[in-house]
Amino acid sequence: MKIAVCIRRVPDTTAKITIAGGGTAIDPAGVKFVINPYDEFAVEAAIALKEAAGAGETVTIALGDDSVQETIRTTLAMGIDRAVHLQGTGSADGLATARVLADHLRGGGYDLILFGKLAVDDYGQQVGPMVAELLELPCATAITALEVADGSATVEREIEGGTEVATCPLPAVLTCDKGLNTPRLPGLKGIMAAKKKPLEVVPVEAAAGQATIVSLALPPERPAGRIVGEGAAAVPALIEALTSEAKVL
Amino acid sequence: MAGSSEYTGVDFYDMDSLLSEEERAVRDTVRQWVTEALIPVIGPAYIEGRFPKELIAGMAELGLFGANLPEEYGCAGLNNVAYGLIMQELERGDSGIRSFASVQGALVMYPIHAFGSEEQKQYWLPRLASGEEIGCFGLTEPDFGSNPGGMITTARETADGWVLNGTKMWITNGSQATVAIVWAKTGAIDDPKSVRGFIVPTSTPGFTGKDQHGKLSLRASDTSELHLQDVHVPKDALLPHSGGMKSPLKCLTQARYGIAWGGVGAAMACYDEARRYAMNRVMFDRPIAATQLQQERLAEMLTEITKGQLLSLQLGRLKDRGTMTPQQVSLAKRNNVNMACEVAREARRLLGANGILIEYHSMRHLANLESVYTYEGTHDMHSLILGQEITGIAAY
Ligand SMILES: Cc1cc2nc3c(=O)[nH]c(=O)nc-3n(C[C@H](O)[C@H](O)[C@H](O)COP(=O)(O)OP(=O)(O)OC[C@H]3O[C@@H](n4cnc5c(N)ncnc54)[C@H](O)[C@@H]3O)c2cc1C
Repeated sequence: MKIAVCIRRVPDTTAKITIAGGGTAIDPAGVKFVINPYDEFAVEAAIALKEAAGAGETVTIALGDDSVQETIRTTLAMGIDRAVHLQGTGSADGLATARVLADHLRGGGYDLILFGKLAVDDYGQQVGPMVAELLELPCATAITALEVADGSATVEREIEGGTEVATCPLPAVLTCDKGLNTPRLPGLKGIMAAKKKPLEVVPVEAAAGQATIVSLALPPERPAGRIVGEGAAAVPALIEALTSEAKVL
Repeated sequence: MAGSSEYTGVDFYDMDSLLSEEERAVRDTVRQWVTEALIPVIGPAYIEGRFPKELIAGMAELGLFGANLPEEYGCAGLNNVAYGLIMQELERGDSGIRSFASVQGALVMYPIHAFGSEEQKQYWLPRLASGEEIGCFGLTEPDFGSNPGGMITTARETADGWVLNGTKMWITNGSQATVAIVWAKTGAIDDPKSVRGFIVPTSTPGFTGKDQHGKLSLRASDTSELHLQDVHVPKDALLPHSGGMKSPLKCLTQARYGIAWGGVGAAMACYDEARRYAMNRVMFDRPIAATQLQQERLAEMLTEITKGQLLSLQLGRLKDRGTMTPQQVSLAKRNNVNMACEVAREARRLLGANGILIEYHSMRHLANLESVYTYEGTHDMHSLILGQEITGIAAY
């Protein structure tokens, strides 16, 4: 089985974000970038499927500038076999990004194409399903369980008040949600091996998207929390605060 | 610098920009493992006074043991800066867990790699890297601590091997180890040049390891007394390239190098805890972080941690270049561990009454660091080593 995992480099969720001059992008200075957390579920799923099958190939695919290669190597360190860096600028327009990815994936012979359900930097939730549409493949989004057997995928999805089980023939596009698995940490040998694995750089030209970002704003600052006391002794103060300050009791 | 609840380290001088991508990746992996696997179990283990054995498999799987030794022996083949970062992150969790990794890597695997035969390396190193075998390092004796060259443990050659007799004390991992590196005199008892190292499986008849009880420090680490009574080992138990006190001292240089990094890790944990607590704890209607006294405390901690980070990083670059001297290691071990003791104490004090609880980390670090201050050459002994380096006069 040949599995593609499409990943994106995003600011660490613990990073302190500031907005850059133009007001439409974040200032990357001093910000730690990591693999999109939902993409980690996709990476883990790909590696685990190959391990279970004892054969196959896993490929990381990422669109971005050269900084994305560090993120790609994280996936190689976790156990992905090889990678393709689609060298170009990502677009705020999901369709423009999806076209670049679909052009590369088309004819690649992939049985499964995995995404995170969304990227935590823009919450677009577009690219996975759009790639499926462009490639005319079945798509299941936000999966929390995955089984592959006899040329088809069976997935579970958390829906309001329950679980949905769906199945589709391969090849298919799936986007991964929290709960699908526990992504492994890259081991030290994996980190050392990552730089020796093939990383192909393919320059790409993304068409200008139609959707553009007009402005970005940070959420209002949250007031600092405070500790009113410890253990049972703190209960009266807590009740007082919840009643008269927060007015939730 | 305020922010989320997750530990993100302390990096005031953009030390990250001095690290390679790989070095950062190694650091991040170990940091995350410490957050997810070590921190949740350390409090109870510390109170119970037990080494959390359940962590061994995870450490081995990540490749933490002997990580700076070559890949051909099943190790990760990292450079020394990456190795140091592992020690920093482990000690951010607990000095006892870092001690376990230090002993396994720097005091057991290193001597086998440095002084062992090819057969010994091929047999032991992969097994120690995978955690299948657990090692300990027996140098200190009841009456010979700072002066290990005075040891009275002996190894006498026989027709088919060696017979070892003696007692070792304060031996980390001693009771659970499957193999011990034992240092003994093969010649006259007043001849430190006759000290050689032996690989002794702890199942050998005559070998016993017993835990020392009543420790108020490093409680999540086993510390044991080893008795060797007519312990017969074959000829190939000898580390063929070991000879004289310089051999165990070379091992100590490796371990001390890691401890210089480890001290910084413990200090970073305490500073991080103190900073968060100061921001949240309201007294006299404002966070204690708004008071000049606590700000001074935090400023002092951050300053000393940043200096310690620069020391250990440059020491690591020197080690990778092959020019690091034992005296340079002494300076960093001495400074960084003492610094960590001070930071841990100030953090504990900033936390008020909560600071004495196991739910917080600073007092555990503070208690641990008293052992770290004492072992691997006491703070005083490193002063004397530096004194000798400066003046040419040995004062010990
Ligand atoms: C938790 C723990 C784990 C340990 N693990 C190991 C291990 O795995 N393997 C191992 O071999 N050892 C181990 N040790 C032993 C450790 O290395 C020794 O405790 C250390 O070398 C100090 O020896 P000592 O305790 O006998 O103190 P002593 O040497 O008796 O020193 C007592 C005091 O006198 C001072 N002093 C000594 N000589 C001089 C001098 N010439 N001038 C001025 N002051 C001096 C010292 O600085 C110290 O303050 C461990 C110790 C501890 C506490």
